[in-house]
Amino acid sequence: MSKRFLPTQLAAAALAATTAMAAPHALAEEVNLYTTREATLIQPLLDAFTKESGIQVKTIFIVEGLLERVQAEGQRSPADVLMTVDIGNLLDLVDGGVTQPLQSPTLEQVIPANLRGQDGQWFALSLRDRVLYADKDLPISSFTYEELADPKWKGKVCIRSGQHPYNTALIAAKIAHDGAEATQAWLEGVKQNLARTATGGDRNVARDILGGICDIGIANAYYVGQMKNAAEGSEDRAWGNAIKVVRPTFANSTDGGTHVNITGASLAKNAPNRDNAVKFLEYLVSPAAQAIYANANYEYPVRDGVQVDPVMAALGPLKVDTLNIAEVAKYRKQASELVDKVGFDN
Amino acid sequence: MTVYNFRFSRAVRGLWAPAGALLVAATVIAPIAALIWHAFGGDLTHWQHLANNVIPTALRDTLILLAGVGVLVTLLGVGSAWLVTAYEFPGRGILHWALLLPLAVPTYIMAYSYLDILHPIGPVQSTLRDWLGYSSPREFRLPDIRNMAGAILVLGFVLYPYVYLTMRAMFLTQAANLLEAARTLGARRPEVFRRIVLPLARPAWAIGLSLALLEALNDIGASTFLGVKTLTVTVYTSWTARSDLAAAAQIALTMLLIIVGLILMERRGRARQRFSNTQRMQPMRPRVLHGPAAATALLLGFLPILIGFAIPATYLVMEAWQRLHKMGGVSDSLISSLVNTVLIASLATVVTLAAGLMVAWASRTLRESAWRQPARTFARIGSLGYAVPGTVLAIGLLAPVMLIEELLGGLLGGQRLFLMGSIGLLVIAYTIRFLAIPIGAVEAGLTRVPASLEHAARTLGERPGGTLRRVHLPLIRPALAASALLVFVDAMKELPATLLLRPLNFDTLSTWLYAEASRGTYEEGAVAAVAIVLAGLLPVILLARANLSYGR
Repeated sequence: MSKRFLPTQLAAAALAATTAMAAPHALAEEVNLYTTREATLIQPLLDAFTKESGIQVKTIFIVEGLLERVQAEGQRSPADVLMTVDIGNLLDLVDGGVTQPLQSPTLEQVIPANLRGQDGQWFALSLRDRVLYADKDLPISSFTYEELADPKWKGKVCIRSGQHPYNTALIAAKIAHDGAEATQAWLEGVKQNLARTATGGDRNVARDILGGICDIGIANAYYVGQMKNAAEGSEDRAWGNAIKVVRPTFANSTDGGTHVNITGASLAKNAPNRDNAVKFLEYLVSPAAQAIYANANYEYPVRDGVQVDPVMAALGPLKVDTLNIAEVAKYRKQASELVDKVGFDN
Repeated sequence: MTVYNFRFSRAVRGLWAPAGALLVAATVIAPIAALIWHAFGGDLTHWQHLANNVIPTALRDTLILLAGVGVLVTLLGVGSAWLVTAYEFPGRGILHWALLLPLAVPTYIMAYSYLDILHPIGPVQSTLRDWLGYSSPREFRLPDIRNMAGAILVLGFVLYPYVYLTMRAMFLTQAANLLEAARTLGARRPEVFRRIVLPLARPAWAIGLSLALLEALNDIGASTFLGVKTLTVTVYTSWTARSDLAAAAQIALTMLLIIVGLILMERRGRARQRFSNTQRMQPMRPRVLHGPAAATALLLGFLPILIGFAIPATYLVMEAWQRLHKMGGVSDSLISSLVNTVLIASLATVVTLAAGLMVAWASRTLRESAWRQPARTFARIGSLGYAVPGTVLAIGLLAPVMLIEELLGGLLGGQRLFLMGSIGLLVIAYTIRFLAIPIGAVEAGLTRVPASLEHAARTLGERPGGTLRRVHLPLIRPALAASALLVFVDAMKELPATLLLRPLNFDTLSTWLYAEASRGTYEEGAVAAVAIVLAGLLPVILLARANLSYGR
């Protein structure tokens, strides 16, 4: 290292910092998307939107702290659209005051009333049902979420952390159906049945079934589309082929529907490119965009009449638990505390 | 009048160091103050829940994890440093720098690799079943690594270089004379090790160990991956699953208090020790090993490298190779993530080093003035950031940044944000996070520079700045270089603060890998992981050369 190490490097740093600070605001038509979902996953959607509208989509993927960051950015926040993969997070944004109501006939017409905020503060864009993965040789054709706690599955159940939003939402739905006490007893039973620590991701359930660690597990359905459609000979394909899928229901529900979470979006409160943001949101529920959701991401479209991927279609029509998802989200905190209480993740 | 002017300018000149140190300390304290503010924003009802259902387990698991990792990094770090210092055997020349290689592997990548490698359908168990004649993992499989033991092993083997690095440098610069003297007086090697080396090594061990343990404590990726619920994970849960920022801030602050308490206790414990060595530093003469002894030494020395680097790296390269082959190249976004990573890590290194030097220098030069105590306090405050988990720190930064934005917005007007979502904010976050590294290294380096040298320089008419430039900087250059490279490598691996604070359309290798991993598809994940490890290799090798070369 030379004697001029510090001064030279400092000068270089100062220069670089100045350049970064002085970067001019782009003049092109754009829309800024803040999302808790990995942008690469929806890149096909963004590209298709840009192609159609000429509007560039700039993204930032923030897992934790999306609300806090937008709040801190305040009135000058560049955020136009806020997107999450969980209803709870989406409602947090609404409650946190970083969204604004949007009256859009298009959105209201396409999205069923129970899948959007009545005040126009949030909109569901696709559905993700939480299903049972089972070893393909097991003779299971129907299943209730309650059966996860059946002692006959002792040491045979795999699931990700009970604190993950996908699981707290499921547990919240159980609370909404049967109350906290029954849910706690159920969770204790499921905990007894775990084959390994509640950790990892949803696809690990399929992998661990193939690896002989467990026989059944709970995970989102769209991963099945990903795995079973993966390249021939790939690991994911092998994981997908090791399992079959059953859509569970709640024992106590009258409608016999499956628990569903949403991906959704809101218009940011201080959206600098409001018009583009509205165009973007409306595009996301268009037939073309919904077909991308269904065939590239394997999620259920919110729009009627969109054809889904063959692997997903083979699971049969999706019957959704009729509990209002915004109501279910209110039990999320209680669900998270129950997870702690029964030591589900320990 | 002239006299007055002279005094005035001297006073001003004497103030730049404490002023700079004050600024740095204020920057570090800002997010912590914000956390305190958040903590008071909430009620305390959830503590009942936490105390009954969460804290006992989280505390127990955190202590077990830290104890396990502490023992493992000490065994590996001290053992390997002593091995390559006290003995000469074939392969030692490579070992002495290769032992640092695991530094290039982030803990989350390590966990991810070993989960794959050791999974029932992974290469190890598949081969084992083939040998034993089993056809399915349902007939035979090994225990799962997703538990406490797995987490301790993974973290221990990737974090031991922090201990190795400080121990090795200490052995090289400090120990030789004393060791030789002890040897001359007839002490045997084990006795020398026990009675001279270990007591002498305690400060270096404490520094290395505390860096390793703070890394382990701050780790989110590997811990959640392997299903270990530490206090840090608990902070996360309170915040993300229950949207309770106040509760998270309260737990984080409680943790911070405990950590600071431990650090203070440790410092008190060795406050009376003073090591400055005016004699020429002379490497100790290693004992030459032959035959089986040499082979054993080589094997022992390579074991940590094998587990902490070679196996996961080989696995990642193979995975990446397959993927690259399928995709026919690397995507543009991966390349730009690489560029961003190197850019941001370089900037952060320069700023962190400059800030660290200023703070440590202030506390050194002001020893005899009224500013002595404040300057030392600033140095302690400056080191706090390392004890705060990355995400908590990032969250804490939001409120102060908002204030600055309001202020700048009022002064300068305009519609855009100045700090938020800029590279500048990321650099500030990294600086706060990693400042402890240069402060510690520079302070330790300066302790070894005897005050007589400084007095001599000042007597000969050199000004403080000149003394720093012409006397101290050359003497502490190895320490500076080492901390620069450590900061660079750490900044490159940083994930949580980057994830929250980065600009739009700006990814680093680690955020990129994280995105890949969190959507559960690893197409380019292995490639990004290899890129992180590769980009970390060069600084690690430089680090080895800068810090350890004169030991050969």
